[in-house]
Amino acid sequence: MLKSSLLAITAALMLTGGAAYAQDKTEIVFVGKNTGNPYFDSLTQGFVDACQVIACNFEFVAPATAEATSQIPFIEAQIQRGVDVIAISPNSPDALNQVFDSAREKGIIILTVNGDITGNEEHRDATILPTDFTKVGADQVEMVGSLIGYQGEIAILSATTEAPDQNFWIEGMNETLANDSKYANMSLVATVYGDDQPEKSTTEMEALLANYPDLKGVIAPTTVGIAAAAQVVQSRGIADQVKVTGLGLPSEMRDFVKDGTVEAFQLWSPYNEGWLAAHFAVDLKNGNATTDVGSTFEVPNLGTITINEGHSINTQSALTTFNASNIDEFNF
Amino acid sequence: MNQLRAILLRREAGIAVMIVLFCLAVGVVKPNFLTLNGLRIILLLVPLVMIAAMGQMMVLIARHVDLSIGSTLGFAAMVTGMMFRDMPEIWWPLGFAVAIGTGTLLGLFNGVLITAFRLPSIIVTLGTLNLYRGLTFIISDARQVDRQYIPSALKAMSQTSPIFGIPWIIFMAFGVALLTYWFVMHTRVGRQIYALGSNPEAAPLRGISTNRVTILVFALSGALAGLAGIMYASRWGFVNPSNTGYGFEFQVIAAVVIGGVSINGGVGTVLGTILGVLLLGCVGAALPFLGIPGTSQNAIFGAVILIALLIDRSVRSRGIAPLSLGRKRT
Amino acid sequence: MTESTTTSMQAREIVKARPAWHVMLVRPELMTFILLVIGIYVGSLLSPFFLDVNYILRSFTLTAELSIAALVLTMVIISGEIDLSAAANMALSAAIFAYVQAAGVPMPIAIAAGLLAGLAMGALNALMVIRFQLPSIIVTIGTLIFYRGLAQVIAGDRSIRVPDWFIGVNNVLIADIPLPVIIFVLVAIVLAIVLGTTTIGRQIYQIGTNPIAAKHAGIKSNQIKVGLFLTLGLVSAVGGLMTASRLGSVRYDIALGGELQMVLMAMLGGTYIFGGRGTILGTFLAAWLLVIVSTGMTVANLLPAIQLTVLGVLLVVAIIATNFIYSRTQR
Repeated sequence: MLKSSLLAITAALMLTGGAAYAQDKTEIVFVGKNTGNPYFDSLTQGFVDACQVIACNFEFVAPATAEATSQIPFIEAQIQRGVDVIAISPNSPDALNQVFDSAREKGIIILTVNGDITGNEEHRDATILPTDFTKVGADQVEMVGSLIGYQGEIAILSATTEAPDQNFWIEGMNETLANDSKYANMSLVATVYGDDQPEKSTTEMEALLANYPDLKGVIAPTTVGIAAAAQVVQSRGIADQVKVTGLGLPSEMRDFVKDGTVEAFQLWSPYNEGWLAAHFAVDLKNGNATTDVGSTFEVPNLGTITINEGHSINTQSALTTFNASNIDEFNF
Repeated sequence: MNQLRAILLRREAGIAVMIVLFCLAVGVVKPNFLTLNGLRIILLLVPLVMIAAMGQMMVLIARHVDLSIGSTLGFAAMVTGMMFRDMPEIWWPLGFAVAIGTGTLLGLFNGVLITAFRLPSIIVTLGTLNLYRGLTFIISDARQVDRQYIPSALKAMSQTSPIFGIPWIIFMAFGVALLTYWFVMHTRVGRQIYALGSNPEAAPLRGISTNRVTILVFALSGALAGLAGIMYASRWGFVNPSNTGYGFEFQVIAAVVIGGVSINGGVGTVLGTILGVLLLGCVGAALPFLGIPGTSQNAIFGAVILIALLIDRSVRSRGIAPLSLGRKRT
Repeated sequence: MTESTTTSMQAREIVKARPAWHVMLVRPELMTFILLVIGIYVGSLLSPFFLDVNYILRSFTLTAELSIAALVLTMVIISGEIDLSAAANMALSAAIFAYVQAAGVPMPIAIAAGLLAGLAMGALNALMVIRFQLPSIIVTIGTLIFYRGLAQVIAGDRSIRVPDWFIGVNNVLIADIPLPVIIFVLVAIVLAIVLGTTTIGRQIYQIGTNPIAAKHAGIKSNQIKVGLFLTLGLVSAVGGLMTASRLGSVRYDIALGGELQMVLMAMLGGTYIFGGRGTILGTFLAAWLLVIVSTGMTVANLLPAIQLTVLGVLLVVAIIATNFIYSRTQR
């Protein structure tokens, strides 16, 4: 009797021990650009939800301000903690190279999320981009074209002059406008930069309207810029003359869509970025996925994901368009 | 006294001439800058700075400085924004009381620290600049208050009014300036601020309670920063823990110093401060018109401050003991 | 030394007949040291990954540039002035260096250009403060915005790369200790000797304690202050170049907000904000204290908001404590 119960206990202990080993959780840390950035609330939620269904522990850290070097101490700290995967939205395309290298020497996987270290790709393992960035420019031109009847002057209100993603998309917009005869009657009159600050973006938008009285449409491929542009149009009551569109967060744009200031704008799902990044991180750690170009892995709800050129993966193939009919379905 | 007045008047006339010349120069290149619309853009840029500048002016006149106003603005705006979000049923004008009250408390804290421990205001407010910003993150859980939670009536104040459609916040800014003028020129306490700043040692002899006046100017500066906080929510429609009010103190101090308020205390007028604010507003509005990248704005601001300091120096060539700001002489 | 100062010192000696342990113990540096010990203890409670000498040394390299400049700033504050523009100076001199070398100028000349720029910035501060007699606190707030703004004009929003061989000063280990840490310790020793044992050092204290008496004593206050501003300008430029080497690239926002950290180090080390008192040892200890505190919080994944709050509280507490200690021990 005693003997058998002892045996049972030992067996139970062994079982739990074995189970704990099998469930050895992947430690993932996501380093955001800065705290208080609403975009990352939604992205982080994707990680959190993923780690409730798959074997990972997740933590979010971010510096107080988004300057080039402010993320370094946080990465150093994660190296010291010995995490398995560092996911990061980098604040600089090159200032993080050294610290990435020392992390990877320790066997930590570096994934850039929502933005890449363009030109320094060899310092990270893979990048997770929300959509195919080569199509963003064309999609946005089509969006504004459909709003203004493919005719008239348009302008771009971007983030900073050196923002790599925005510049890449703007390049795409220029190419589309130049090469596609569908847009022959549209002319891009100015590209201005609001530095992702509401004050500056607003004055830039005001100056656009003053300098180009015949302006028909504005593309603002940045969440701060589109909100500022929409606010200028709203307060001057010229929503029927100047169409504002671009990339924006539904939570920030909801009011503008409902009162008709903005008819439609686009974005992707930040939530899915987090969801995908968590699955990819765990699969990489456990050897169920590789960063080899062309290889694939499965993610629940998103389907089969393929590793593209440059070790990059996308969470969705095309931008999502938000308008009055669907904006209430999105809670980010 | 009359002579001093004459110099001061000249100083303000000088800033006014600078504003006119600057705007004309911009107008030559971009004629549409000199339109009603251009004026509207300038006037919409300045209300927040003007309101906070009135508080900072009084602090500087009392021979102190308040570096914490940007964080005070952020904290007050966050408290108010969170109230709007979490208590949507609340009567929205109450937000003004909450914002001003919060700002006053933070200002009082500065004033009490400075007087109770006889500390230099610049260091105390450098500390509370960080402290208040940190607290803003903590109370908000580092989350932004989005546009949909800010009452539409509040946002409309930045867009229009029944009076020629000129937005309310412009009237409010000039209203605050008028009130400040009345307060510093026509009340006993107001005049005591000048007396304290021009000669801190002699102030007690003239029956002025140094501590009380010091605490008062910091409380006022905090209150006005709080008011600017709810107007931030009105103007931009959101409150963000890290952006809201970040770097605001430098704009305000620049405007006040350019307006001829002396950093050595005792000297400064509301009119000069208004003109200083307007000059910076013109520069800020003109850059995008001229297509000058925003990245050069800070260098221009910095240069203008240094030039204003030198003008200040040449206008009133009075020897100054280094680091005399807030120094307690016994 | 004039008669008046001798008599006042004698008078002080008579009043100050306190036991030796009292003189030893009631010093601001001791407060810094105790905080340092507490910081290490709390850090080890917050995270099991904290107590690792190599990690702490590596973390120190992230603020080594600021710490080195803070040592010189300590002397500036003791002399009765302040310089809030040193961090902006780092950004501008690094930006000038990076811009010049990216334009194809040979590295030695580019490095010289960066250092000269730092010296020039120190000279501009000195000109405004000494020649035009403007308060250093406001002047250097102005130059802080101006220098940072110029860096932004030069570098824009982009980062400028530096050559590979120039990268990695923080990875150079001598006896397992990163080079920036060694530089910091060496600079501290040199400055401590200058400030503690030389005539110039004594004069710096005298200028800060009583400018008028110092003048009567024939001390060339202006020359000494100009020298201090220039030294800080040059050292900041060196710090800027070290930052460029550590990061491998330069952007206008390097060391953003560093002025607060530097003032904090001096204050926490017991330097008296009104001048005349303070030691290099204090700032030396405070630099380590700040690294311990911020590293401890970062490795425990605490919100940066809490760090901002703690830094703000530390600054206020440090000034109150220093003022209190000095008011008890002096006179």
